[in-house]
Amino acid sequence: MAVETTQDGPATPRGRDFDAEPVVIEARGVTKSFRLPVNKISSLKEQITTFSRPDYRELHALRDVSFEIRRGEFFGIVGRNGSGKSTLLKVLASIYAADSGRVRMAGRLAPFIELGVGFNPELTARENVELNGVMMGLERRQARSRLGAVLEFAELEEFVDMKLKNYSSGMLVRLAFSVMIQSDAEILLIDEVLAVGDAAFQQKCADVFHEMRDSERTVILVTHDMGAVEHYCHRAMLLHDGEVRAMGDPGEVARKYLRLNFESAPSSGDDSLGEVADVVVEDAWLEDENGERVTNVEKGRDLHFCAELEAKRDVEGPTFGFTFANPDGVEVIGFGVPLEELPDRVSAGQRIQIRSKIENRLAPGRYVVRCWIHRNRNISDIVLYSPHVLDFVVFGKGEAGVAFFETEVEFELKEGEAGER
Amino acid sequence: MSAEAQAPAQPLELREVRGPSATGGGSRRFFELLWLISATEFKKSFHGTAFGYIWSLVRPLMLFAVLLVVFTRIFRFDVPNYPVLLLFNLVVFGLFQEGTGAAVNSVLAQEGIVRKTQFPRLVIPLSSVMVALFTLGLNLIAVFVFILAYGVDPTWTWLLLPVILLLVFVLTCAVSLLLSALNVRFRDIAIIWTVAATVLMYGTPIIYPIDFLEPSFLKDVLLGNPLTLIFEQARAWIIDPTAPGAVSVAGGWLNMLPAAAIYVLTCILGVWVFKREAPKIAERL
Repeated sequence: MAVETTQDGPATPRGRDFDAEPVVIEARGVTKSFRLPVNKISSLKEQITTFSRPDYRELHALRDVSFEIRRGEFFGIVGRNGSGKSTLLKVLASIYAADSGRVRMAGRLAPFIELGVGFNPELTARENVELNGVMMGLERRQARSRLGAVLEFAELEEFVDMKLKNYSSGMLVRLAFSVMIQSDAEILLIDEVLAVGDAAFQQKCADVFHEMRDSERTVILVTHDMGAVEHYCHRAMLLHDGEVRAMGDPGEVARKYLRLNFESAPSSGDDSLGEVADVVVEDAWLEDENGERVTNVEKGRDLHFCAELEAKRDVEGPTFGFTFANPDGVEVIGFGVPLEELPDRVSAGQRIQIRSKIENRLAPGRYVVRCWIHRNRNISDIVLYSPHVLDFVVFGKGEAGVAFFETEVEFELKEGEAGER
Repeated sequence: MSAEAQAPAQPLELREVRGPSATGGGSRRFFELLWLISATEFKKSFHGTAFGYIWSLVRPLMLFAVLLVVFTRIFRFDVPNYPVLLLFNLVVFGLFQEGTGAAVNSVLAQEGIVRKTQFPRLVIPLSSVMVALFTLGLNLIAVFVFILAYGVDPTWTWLLLPVILLLVFVLTCAVSLLLSALNVRFRDIAIIWTVAATVLMYGTPIIYPIDFLEPSFLKDVLLGNPLTLIFEQARAWIIDPTAPGAVSVAGGWLNMLPAAAIYVLTCILGVWVFKREAPKIAERL
């Protein structure tokens, strides 16, 4: 199986150079398989009465997985369910022992396989934070001294002496996340815990991940959320059937993951998992009013977005969609080619040109255009997801992140009843 | 990869990750976790009950009261200081019975921790034994009040009580390790053990002194039980200075060897089995 490295050496797509950083995690040929008995024996009688060795099915969860991660990297591990990513995480976290191969690590590692595991519902937040800290390898005194910071982040100061069983699920999740980010381990291992809490808390979590991305801390993130991978990770790795299928630029890895995901979809026809997608984006650009290509747009000026695509294979009932994501990776606007414009099919070799004019309400900042193509008019049947077909800057005065719309506002100043006294 | 070509600055010292083990993660963390978990479990066991700790004493006292009536009014045992002997034996045997009884299911009950965190596995069964030890410590205070009130004179041999407790404690730990590790593989160990523990209680001179038995095959079997000798020695040291003690009960030092061998073998077996099973526990759950 060819392992593709999409860039030379450890990728540095976010402008940080990790080549000079020391390696903190090194995995060499890690292999792990589980023997699943066809009939599980869990009672003594069965063991005694089954004279022949029971039949086992060998499940290869990890095959010869090697990689290294350098200090400060935010490293994503993606893969479908059953691809071995959780097993890999558990091997890294010393929960499973690898059958062969070796893992070496520099520094302390704090695994977060599941938020709030090890919390004892009968204990108060105070006791749980201490227990959790000790579990993560802190001394009791250190664990206690962290309590304030943990509760402050979780916004749960007033509930410090409440038993966890009386916490709402939202409060629990906040406490768990807070314990996680306040852990002072050099290496964090995080499995699918991003979407927690209400919107405000999620924003807080996003900020923390941003900070971690730029800090000395090494983070390994296992997730299904390709947005998170592209957004936070410096580098990513795709696991499939226990093997490393791709490693490198998060965008590329995310694209491969999405393709792999729809590989087995029945409607995707013959082998659509070539190196080339069925449809590729040949070019994408912005124009000004005169049709000249531009890379920046002034705030308030209309966006003229154009793309040229080429079909490499026949695609029935294609749909085309584009979204614009802000610097936080949040898709803020988007459009699709209207249904009446869409052809019933595009044939191999045909070129498609899309020109659009979009009213520009975008706040100044950098935006990334993503492209989605589906077949059979079915949005779950992805032909192409390209997370980065173009990026551009909206310049001009204005607060970053805030878009202004024309609004009618009435404003009136009235004397209060207790006005003159 | 071309990264190899560039010299990375200051490679950090990489340490081998050896996977899960019985004690993994350093001894300080091990003992802190053991203490924290035992203490919170102990507190938890009384929480929500109106009389809290009282209950842990009431249970052996109830059993004590019933047995006392049966054996002094119905069977009319004639043993010096029998009531306090019975009470003392029940409370000390409680360490073994409750410790192993809780430990056998402990690893299964803590599945979440075992499967989702880096956790020294040994802490789990040991904390069950520690909880039983805390209970015993509190109960012994009450027991000695009874012993003094009954009119037993304190002797210097009372100072040897820790030896007795240590012997019982170590055996309890060993059996707990064995049972908790095996119970992950064979879930019926827990059920078998509830029966076996009861058999063991009657197979140990708890409610009767061993000298009631004529020399027989049965007596030889009982003398092979390490707990028999421990409890007989405790009787001589604590309750009744005129009692024969372990050596003369066994009939000489040499005859103590089978029980001693079983004791040592159980300890070795418990540690060995747990150590062997520990790395695989998470996968088997």
